[in-house]
Amino acid sequence: MNPIVEIQELTKIYEGKQRVVALDGVDLAVKPGELFGLLGPNGAGKTTTISIATTRALPTMGSVCIAGVDAVAHPALARRSIGVVPQYNTLDRSLTVYENLFYHCAYFGMSRSESIRRTRELLRQFYLEERAKSYPNQLSGGLQQRVQIARAIAHKPAILFLDEPSAGLDPQSRLAMWEAIRNLRQEGITVLLTTHYMEEADALCERIAIIDRGRVLALGSPLKLKQTFGVFTFFQLTVREGEDLELLGKKIAALPGIESVEVSGFGVRAFAQSANGLLPAIVEAAQGFNLRDISVNEPSLESVFIKLTGRDLRE
Amino acid sequence: MSKPLSNRSMYIRAFLGLYLRDLRVLSRELGPFILRVGMQPLLFLFVFTYVFPRMSGGNPMAAASGPSFGTVLLPGLMAVAIMFSAIAAVALPLSSEFGVTREIDDRVMSPLPVAGVAIEKICFGAMQSIIAALIVLPLAIYIPTTPVAARVDHWFFAVLVLILSSLVAGALGLAIGANVKPPQIGLVFSIVLVPITFLGCVYYPWSMLNRIPVLKWAVLLNPIVYMSEGLRTALTPDVPHMPWYVILLALLISLYLLGRLGLRGFVRRVIS
Repeated sequence: MNPIVEIQELTKIYEGKQRVVALDGVDLAVKPGELFGLLGPNGAGKTTTISIATTRALPTMGSVCIAGVDAVAHPALARRSIGVVPQYNTLDRSLTVYENLFYHCAYFGMSRSESIRRTRELLRQFYLEERAKSYPNQLSGGLQQRVQIARAIAHKPAILFLDEPSAGLDPQSRLAMWEAIRNLRQEGITVLLTTHYMEEADALCERIAIIDRGRVLALGSPLKLKQTFGVFTFFQLTVREGEDLELLGKKIAALPGIESVEVSGFGVRAFAQSANGLLPAIVEAAQGFNLRDISVNEPSLESVFIKLTGRDLRE
Repeated sequence: MSKPLSNRSMYIRAFLGLYLRDLRVLSRELGPFILRVGMQPLLFLFVFTYVFPRMSGGNPMAAASGPSFGTVLLPGLMAVAIMFSAIAAVALPLSSEFGVTREIDDRVMSPLPVAGVAIEKICFGAMQSIIAALIVLPLAIYIPTTPVAARVDHWFFAVLVLILSSLVAGALGLAIGANVKPPQIGLVFSIVLVPITFLGCVYYPWSMLNRIPVLKWAVLLNPIVYMSEGLRTALTPDVPHMPWYVILLALLISLYLLGRLGLRGFVRRVIS
């Protein structure tokens, strides 16, 4: 099957006083019906990728095809297949929720009666019927986000782009958002979302591209990524400042079952296949190093990310 | 969508959708719109053409001019109304839509070339300008105590000038809204719009600048001059005015230059 989104060697350089390479040769292909995640820290290039794919920015080099249309050469045509929920709220503040949906349908060429039908359908689907006459500013963040998603899929796009869909939402709204996204999947809508939340990528996405500093570092299903790159478990040791971390690292690396050790900041990270029985040995090895804290991290995308970039997502 | 649409009909539908959206928003603030458009000319006419002539000595401005002041003001105030309503319709909303909310993104994502979104803005602003001019017209005829010598000899020219002037005003609104940072919009009002209004042959015909040649030639850079003179030619032909072909040519050139400036600024703001 031909990919819905095909990105090849995408490069974006912002020239200026400070030359910024936002994207450095990104290749991606999103299959029809897939829920695809772009995972990376802030500033990794996720939003730039989405901006270019949704025709809002021009690439310095490379190509983007959306549903077979060259999005750089024919942006207006490509937009017919694109639904987008940007990071910031772009609801039309002068229109009610109902009108936001209705006029969006009109922009995409639907007749009046078609637009009314589709608007009613979406209000029902997203539980917005009671708020139909409200203005966006009267809604909570979670509700606004729901309206944005409803509006983005109103014209039945081939692909829906969600840029940090749960940023700034409270935990409850986030769960509701995940639910809404999963429901889209069942309708067969292809989704490409960006996130810097590991849990979100893990819970929602079928395939993930880990992106950092404008490059794709790894690509695959969450499980495959964990198996390939995650060393399954890591122990994070924090010791008092001024201790000899190198020595501690060597002592722990010598323990049976430890795969590798990294020294970072004022702590040591030890990677192992499994946590079974290792904890006492590690604590013993750390005797005399003024151990302050130790945590055991089960396999997660977080460990994949740390393994790939040597740093935390939130760093 | 039941069947795929050709590109052109898609563009037309998207354009119409944007236009309908703007109409809906306007319909909700019709009262404020009429007040905004009508208040300034109403008071201006009331004070200068109704109150002043009743005072001893009359209006010094009116005394200096040949034709009655009311006759001079009719096209001038229409030009001002055209310009200010287009600015209010295009530049002000744009500056907020470009601002923190980035609301414009939703319309930019419609299946229409980005320039089409900007052209819709110009057209919609122009429509508001035409309405504004038509609101001012009866005020300017009936309020002055001295008779206003208005008549239309060439309807085609009158309609053409009205539409062209309104489009120029819409393009000016776009040029300002797309190129000026939102916090500076207020400043632009004082340092650009007020001067070009006062020096726009609104309160006096261009021919009366004969005694100040520098000013007479300098104001030719001002598009409002052609709006006032054009409406003067169309509505009060007895007052001295510029030749009609100069007016049309100048309005077309202004439309081209301001439109280009506006479209370029708009596309640059929207596409990074």
